Parts: sequence; structure tokens; C-alpha cells
Amino acid sequence: MRREGSVFQGLGAVVLKELSDQMSSIRIFVLEFLVAAIAFVALYRAIGRLADTTAEDPFVFLRLFTVDTPPVPSFAGLLGFLIPLVAIGLGFDSVSSEHNRRTLSRVLSQPIYRDALLMGKFLAGMATLGIMLLGLWLLVIGAGLLLLGVPPSGDEVMRSLVFLIIALFYCGVWLALAMLLSIVFRSAATSALVALGLWLFFVLIWPILSSALAMVIAPPDVRYVLLGLPTPATVEMQQVLARFSPNQLFAEAVLAILSPSTRSLGPIFLEQLQGAVVGTALPLRQSLLIAWPQIVGLIASTIVLFVAGYVVFQRQEVRA
Amino acid sequence: MTENVISARGLTKRYRRTTVVDGIDFDVAKGEIFGLLGPNGAGKTTTILMMLGLTDITAGEVRVLGYDPVRQPLAVKRRAGYLPDSVGFYDYLTAAENLAYTARLMGFAPAERTRKIAEALSRVQLGDVAKKPVRTFSRGMRQRLGLAEIVMKGAEIAILDEPTSGLDPQATVDFLALIERLKHEGVTVLLSSHLLDQVQRVCDRVALFQTGRIVLQGTVAELAKEVLGAGFVVEVDAVAPSGADLEARFLAIPGVSAVQRAGDRYRLTAVRDVRPDAARAVVAADGALTQLSVDTPSLEAIYTRFFQRKARPEGVRDAA
Repeated sequence: MRREGSVFQGLGAVVLKELSDQMSSIRIFVLEFLVAAIAFVALYRAIGRLADTTAEDPFVFLRLFTVDTPPVPSFAGLLGFLIPLVAIGLGFDSVSSEHNRRTLSRVLSQPIYRDALLMGKFLAGMATLGIMLLGLWLLVIGAGLLLLGVPPSGDEVMRSLVFLIIALFYCGVWLALAMLLSIVFRSAATSALVALGLWLFFVLIWPILSSALAMVIAPPDVRYVLLGLPTPATVEMQQVLARFSPNQLFAEAVLAILSPSTRSLGPIFLEQLQGAVVGTALPLRQSLLIAWPQIVGLIASTIVLFVAGYVVFQRQEVRA
Repeated sequence: MTENVISARGLTKRYRRTTVVDGIDFDVAKGEIFGLLGPNGAGKTTTILMMLGLTDITAGEVRVLGYDPVRQPLAVKRRAGYLPDSVGFYDYLTAAENLAYTARLMGFAPAERTRKIAEALSRVQLGDVAKKPVRTFSRGMRQRLGLAEIVMKGAEIAILDEPTSGLDPQATVDFLALIERLKHEGVTVLLSSHLLDQVQRVCDRVALFQTGRIVLQGTVAELAKEVLGAGFVVEVDAVAPSGADLEARFLAIPGVSAVQRAGDRYRLTAVRDVRPDAARAVVAADGALTQLSVDTPSLEAIYTRFFQRKARPEGVRDAA
């Protein structure tokens, strides 16, 4: 059965309203302060370390994102850890709050489809996260210029912009997940707890669990064990399982893009490296090809989670 | 025959096993106030949601201003205003900002927006609190703001779901006055309520809901005739000279079905206003007439009587 009228009717109004709500909320202020503060620490330590080696490294700017100074992880690593938190903070009550404030039926009785409301909330969330990421990106580039005293090369700027886009899709996964939970659960507290639980699961538990599971599914071969080597089948299985986590996908994609010398994200045999000049940089195109499955994985997860939320939302009763 | 703006035929809503609205038929003429009446859970809100395309219709059809809410929900929602049961607003926004969001969703031009919002707010006496956040509003003010939204939309139909429940008596009177003013401007009003005396005060016609069916429909007088067997109760206070049997004289008046006597007060139940005849009868008996009044039976009496009758098995179907 066809419905008349555009599903995009009112989309702009919803996006603007949500965006202005988010921008003026204390919640986003706190989250952004948190992210900026932590990013600043990571950056400060990275610059301290890089200042000595500036002259030797052709990709010194990208190092700003990737170098880690224990105990502080790298800037990119920190983003992988914090982006979910910010996205969850933005999305965990986006639909349930409309229910609880009893504004949903009033808003939906205006000439818009539900599609516009959901899409508008998602796009506004993405815009907020995008602005935040762009701000951080400028912070890194600016700090690099000032403190390292070298301008970034064109390739470095391109790579860092690709990194920005990957980070945005990583945001998308978590935002879509948080919104799905806000649709499924009427209580904001439940939705927040489940979202944070999933976040901790993927950040802390899944890396450990996936290697344990891999041991069970593809047990190590005795011949390799005797030689003190990892079994290829086990390693592969472990990687397959680990990649179910968006954090892993993000980390791998970032590695390929920001470390131009990365040639593979999985285990490779020595003979596969024959003829390769190990340690030299790949062109951006080649790095993109390496990270492409991970990038597609992030985009696909965003879409799947959003569609799931969309379907549930369409079938939901509006009455409180 | 006046033009029907809403007409429902065999409208049915079923959730898995339970039937919430069971094949109802009704028509609402342009410019009238139509009351949906019945206990909570009788299917009033579901009927309203189906009319606005906010919930799926299981069977039957409904037309609002000639549009099908299933296929043309935007056209319906642009022309019909909906004030949900315990309406919610964005607490942190001001009254004017809340309306501005609706105006944007309606697609009004910016200049038009400001003018319409100011007009609508002053119409419901909220002009001086337009810049105050809605969280400071009382319940009555929120309901009025909801009505302002409908006014601002320029809706041809106002659908009000339990608009006066939880309001104090003065707020209720004010609100009902606003509804009547809407009617004078040619807006058709559909009012759902379980508060009988209010419905009686403003509604031209009512439909009585019970467990998903409309069991009675018509003007209050028609319902009274059908349920109580009479539309009017005339009270006569008269002192008759000894010997004159006023009771018999009243009973002889055509149209009077029963006479009750309590001292010098007589209650005449009649199908029409029999005051002139009653006065004549008293004078003819040489009695002294001290008071004469007519009472249309209250909806409450009709309602109570109807459900009492329904409780008896033989009366179950004939009333519907």
C-alpha cells in the first residue's frame, strides 16, 4: 500500500530542533569536555615524544594520532574508546524521552511521517558528533603545527581526513545502536545501562572472549604448539570473531590508514612478503583497499542497526 | 443533510486476540461538536489514532475531510489538530518555541510563523507567558497551549482527547469556552471524555462507547428518549385545593409518561416540554402555582440507566 507525500517532509525541522537541543544541552557539554581533555593529554604526551624525532619521520603528523605513550593510549585509540560513550550519551534516550514527555503523539500528529522524526534525530546526532570530531581534528592539526613546527603533507591531510570519516561511521554504529535501544526500552535508564554494558563488553570482554572462543572452535594444532608457533587456523578464527566488535573494525581501519606502512591486517606468511620493501609507505589508495572491508563493515553495521530501529519504531504504538 | 467531515464505516482495530474497536460507524457533520463518550479503555483513543493514521486499521475504513488516513496521512494531519490525552511539551523550551517547532513541521514561512504563534497564544490567554519555559506551566496552561497549537495550525477539525481531565473547575470552564469559540469559527470538534456533564454542556451529539462498540449515538435528547423513555422532566411546585387531584390531571396531559409526587412537588416525565400544559392544569384545578421548571435529563442519568439495563440479559442487544 502506498502512502502519499514525501517521507522527508519535516526532516529539516526535526534536524534543526534536535541539533539545537543537543548543542545547548549540558550533557553534550560534559561529554565534549571529557573527550577534549583526554585527547589533549594524549596529544601532549605524543608531541613530547615526537619532538625529538621530527626530522626522521616522513609521516610525523600521522604519528600524532597513533603514537602511544604508556600508560596513555594513542589519540586514535582513545577515540575508539570514547566515541561510543559520546554516541551513547547522545542517543540513549532520543526516542524514549519523547514517549516519557508525552510529546511523541503530538509531534507525530503534525504532517510528518515517523521516518522523518527518526531520521532527523539520527542525522542531528551525526552532525553533532561530526562537529565534535572535526573540532578534535583541527585541534590535532593545530597543535602539530604549533608544537612540531612542520606543516602536514597533502598525503597526511588526506589520510587524516579519511580517518575522520571512518571515525564518523564508527560514531554512526554506536549512535544507531543507542537509538535502537531507546526505541526498544521505554525507560531511559534501562537503555543507557544496556548500551553501556554492550560498550564495556566490546571494549573489555570481547577481545578476551574471542580468543578463548577461537581456541574452542579451532583448537591449536599440536605440531605448531611444539614449534612454539601460533596455529594459523586459530589465529584466523580469533580474528574473525574479534571483528564482530565495531571497536576492532575501527582499530584495524585506523591502523591501515594512519600507519602507511601497514600491508595487511591479518596474519600473513613470510613468503607473501617476498619482494615487498618492508617498512616503506603504501599509497593512500592501497591503504584504503586494505581498510576497505573494515570500513564497509562499519557502514553496514550503522545501516543494519538503524534499519532495525526503524522497523521497531514503525510498528510501535504511539500512545503512551 | 449537512456535509460530513468525518465518517467511519465498520472501523475495527484488533491486537492479536483482543478487539479494541469493533466495527463502529459514525458520521461527524461540519461545524458540530461531537462527543466520544465512555469509560476508560472503551476504544475512544484508538478510534482517534486510527482517524489520524497514527495506528493501523484492521478492518473497515474512515474518511477525514474526504482523505484516507491510511494512504494520505499527511493530508489528514495537516488539516486536523490533535490534542492528546495529557499532552506533553518540551519543558525546556518556551511556549512560543514549542509552537515554532510545530509551525516548522507544518512548513509555515518564518514571517507567517511569528504572526500565527502570537495570535494563537493570545487566543488562549497565554500571550503574556509566551516567553516562559513550559516547565513552569500548570496543567490547565499546558492544555490551553495544546489548543493554541491547533488554532495555529488553522485546523479544520480539532480532535481533543480527554482535554479537561485533571483540570480544576475554573480551568475546565475556561477550556470549554475556548472549545465553543472554536465551534463558532466553523471548526469541527471531536471531543473524547468520560466526564459526562462536560460533554453534555458542549456537545451537539454524542456517541457512547462500550468495550469497542458505539452502543448509543445521537443528541442528548434523543438518547434520553431512547434510554429513559422521555426527554424532559418538568418540576411543578403547586398547592391544590383539597379535592383536586393534580396528579391525575398531570397524567392526563398528552406526552406525560409518569408523575412522581413529593409533598407539593410533582415531577413529570414527558417526551416534550409540557410546562404550558402543566401550568394550565394547575390553574384549571384552581391551584396555586409556585414554581415551574424543566430539566433535560442529565447524560449521567442516561448513562447510568443504560448500563443498568445492559446488565439485564434481555436488554443487551435491543439498545444498540
